[in-house]
Amino acid sequence: MDFGLSEEQRLLDATLRRLLEEKLPLARVRQVSAESEDGVDEAAWRALAELGVVGCLIPEKQGGSAGTLLDAVVVATALGHGCAPLPFLGSAVLAPILFDALGSPAQQDEWLPRLAAGRARVAVALSECVERRDDAGLRLEAGRLHGSARFVVDSAGADVFLAPAGAACFLLPASAPGLELRPMPTIDRSRRLSELTFDGVAADEPLAGDAAPGEVAAAIARALDAARVVLAADIVGSCDRALELSVAYALTREQFGRKIGSFQAVKHICAEMAAALEPARSLLWYAAHAFDALPAEAALSATLCKAHLSEVGRDLLRSATEVHGGIGFTDECDLQLWFKRVGLDRQLLGGPERLYAHAAELQHLSS
Amino acid sequence: MELEYSADHEAFRRMLRAFLENNRARAPRMRTFASGVVDPALLGWQKLLIEHGYAARGVPREYGGAGADPDPLIATIIAEEFAQARLSRGVSGQGLDMLVPTLLEHGSEEQKRRYVPPTVRGEMLWCQGYSEPGAGSDLASLRTRGRVEGDTLVMDGQKIWTSTAQFAQMMFALVRTEADAPKHAGISYVLVPMDTPGITVRPLKTMTGEAEFNEVFFDAVRVPLENLVGKRGEGWKIANTTLRHERNMLGSASTSVKLFESARSTMRENRVDGRPALENPVLRGRLMALQAKTLAMKCHAMRLLTCQLRGEAAGVAGLVTKLNGCQLNFDLAGLAIDALGEAGILYRGGAQSSEATRWQFHYMFQLGLIIGGGTAQIQKNIIAERGLGMPREPRPAVPDPDAR
Ligand SMILES: Cc1cc2nc3c(=O)[nH]c(=O)nc-3n(C[C@H](O)[C@H](O)[C@H](O)COP(=O)(O)OP(=O)(O)OC[C@H]3O[C@@H](n4cnc5c(N)ncnc54)[C@H](O)[C@@H]3O)c2cc1C
Repeated sequence: MDFGLSEEQRLLDATLRRLLEEKLPLARVRQVSAESEDGVDEAAWRALAELGVVGCLIPEKQGGSAGTLLDAVVVATALGHGCAPLPFLGSAVLAPILFDALGSPAQQDEWLPRLAAGRARVAVALSECVERRDDAGLRLEAGRLHGSARFVVDSAGADVFLAPAGAACFLLPASAPGLELRPMPTIDRSRRLSELTFDGVAADEPLAGDAAPGEVAAAIARALDAARVVLAADIVGSCDRALELSVAYALTREQFGRKIGSFQAVKHICAEMAAALEPARSLLWYAAHAFDALPAEAALSATLCKAHLSEVGRDLLRSATEVHGGIGFTDECDLQLWFKRVGLDRQLLGGPERLYAHAAELQHLSS
Repeated sequence: MELEYSADHEAFRRMLRAFLENNRARAPRMRTFASGVVDPALLGWQKLLIEHGYAARGVPREYGGAGADPDPLIATIIAEEFAQARLSRGVSGQGLDMLVPTLLEHGSEEQKRRYVPPTVRGEMLWCQGYSEPGAGSDLASLRTRGRVEGDTLVMDGQKIWTSTAQFAQMMFALVRTEADAPKHAGISYVLVPMDTPGITVRPLKTMTGEAEFNEVFFDAVRVPLENLVGKRGEGWKIANTTLRHERNMLGSASTSVKLFESARSTMRENRVDGRPALENPVLRGRLMALQAKTLAMKCHAMRLLTCQLRGEAAGVAGLVTKLNGCQLNFDLAGLAIDALGEAGILYRGGAQSSEATRWQFHYMFQLGLIIGGGTAQIQKNIIAERGLGMPREPRPAVPDPDAR
């Protein structure tokens, strides 16, 4: 019995945090969020690629490091902690998993090495596979795509998109005629979402042209599980940071002639944050491990993990803001960066209600 | 128990209803918070409301109000009918809602004549200069200094979190005038024209992206001594009058009712997989739980109103409105965000901006109100200590008689 991060994973974590501190100090994070068009710090992304973490889910023969989802979780936790404006979810998790599961050898050889090197970016349109809002969704008619895909994460600056439609998943260049990308501004500026609109876009390059029925759906379900675990990791990293900031503030700020951290009210808020977060972190590690090693548990634990972390994250960021008093409500206070980051993580690819329902379906508990 | 209003009150309600119906076209558009632009439509509307006794009702005629006898039931009917009609109640803000009652209670005749009428008309906008970087929950430790030089008060120091200071003509502020007196005894309450030389206002951007509040710096700001309200060194007592009015304002049931109705429409109008979010049993259950709380707060307001009519002390029940109301509003915004799913993270600015993008604003703003005007933790201290008679937390430093 050995439940925890490995020596290598701890080393990776430490290296990554140093790298992020150096390449992405918060002033830089704010600058990228405010000024950059695609919301990505290209230099930091390349540096991460050199470290081998962008290709952590890509096979070695395509230039990746063939790691586990737990490795990706270590990375995502650090990225959350740093509020990193990087397209990890889209280009390092969703796209590699789908290429790996469904791509032809030629497609894999074309895209995976470039993804691993941080030289290509691929965004995946999965929102409508989770739930369809209003009239969003894609229709395939005579080999052409019509309609829209919303909330496509890491889509600004992507070279190609992967979009499921009908029983297939299509590879679409960003420059395809009839394809338009409209920014969807959210509260979180550290990652960019867009709506893709399709006006008769030629759908002539499916992944897995010869996939067996159900294969595409299974691959998408698997990609969603991984994405949810990675989003949960982002929440854990964000919560770590919010708790660090709160404790540090409680130890500095004085009111009534004493440190606010000496008031039981404040002390208990911080203790409750830690008490909620630590078991949630254990659940996160378990869900990541299950994804690779426990097929029967993978989907359920990924689903519960994202749902639970979404709840923990929302409450924790609210409490952290309260500990900060009036300062916590300002833009100047860095805490708000994570308040908003967790706000996005929570809603993306299924919030708690959706995921609880999904968990019940997975266990055949719902009618 | 008698929930019906008297015939006279019902007649008043009918009259008000007819008035609102007939004058709907003259009402200004509603805004969430002050923008600094004086809206002539608002001033005209305010004038009309005062003439009819629907605004500044309890303010005596000689100070520009409607001069009616105080009647909390009438006040409630007015609040209900304007909310029902979704029409502006005229001028609002810290001037009319907090300063005017304070001046009427403690101000000199000259101060009442000079400041109340333009404030009531909506021509004079006020901000509240209480909090300082080092004095938030522990407000009485404030350090902005007021030195008396002949008939002038010379102010040096800094205020922070001052809402609407960037637009206001006047500030009501707390300053330390008696450096050697005990903490609470050294404070004075002063009215400061914002265009006095030496005042610098720096807007502070909040997490919502708006500048809802400011920092205000005082550098040898000279104000006539006659601008003190009450006596020198008695500012703390007077400030508590204003704070009482603030606490009644924050977390009011009418805000919760409005937010609840708005959350319900969001859930009705947004479709998930082709069905309204309201049909999702989990979301609907959460909405119903919040409806119960909203109704409880509405009933609670009736009960507190009755205490006021009977002249009874409300006890601990009178101390819980802000804590509950602000939390409830925050939860309603959180639910609406969840019901919108991924659309719940949209924020203003995009082509897709719609009512969906409002909820993230409410969510952050209501959290701000959980903190502002006395934090939730301070509210709990007040409930436990003043309401339930529990002792203060043992402390290393000298005991403090009054938390915010
Ligand atoms: C939206 C908004 C608008 C505002 N508008 C105005 C305005 O117009 N004018 C004005 O003067 N002020 C205004 N304020 C300031 C507001 O009143 C203060 O922010 C508030 O009183 C808290 O003070 P603080 O920010 O210094 O936090 P602190 O007092 O430093 O509190 C930090 C943390 O310590 C806790 N704490 C402090 N003391 C105790 C204690 N004794 N026991 C337990 N916990 C404790 C608090 O609960 C909080 O969690 C506004 C604030 C906000 C957020």
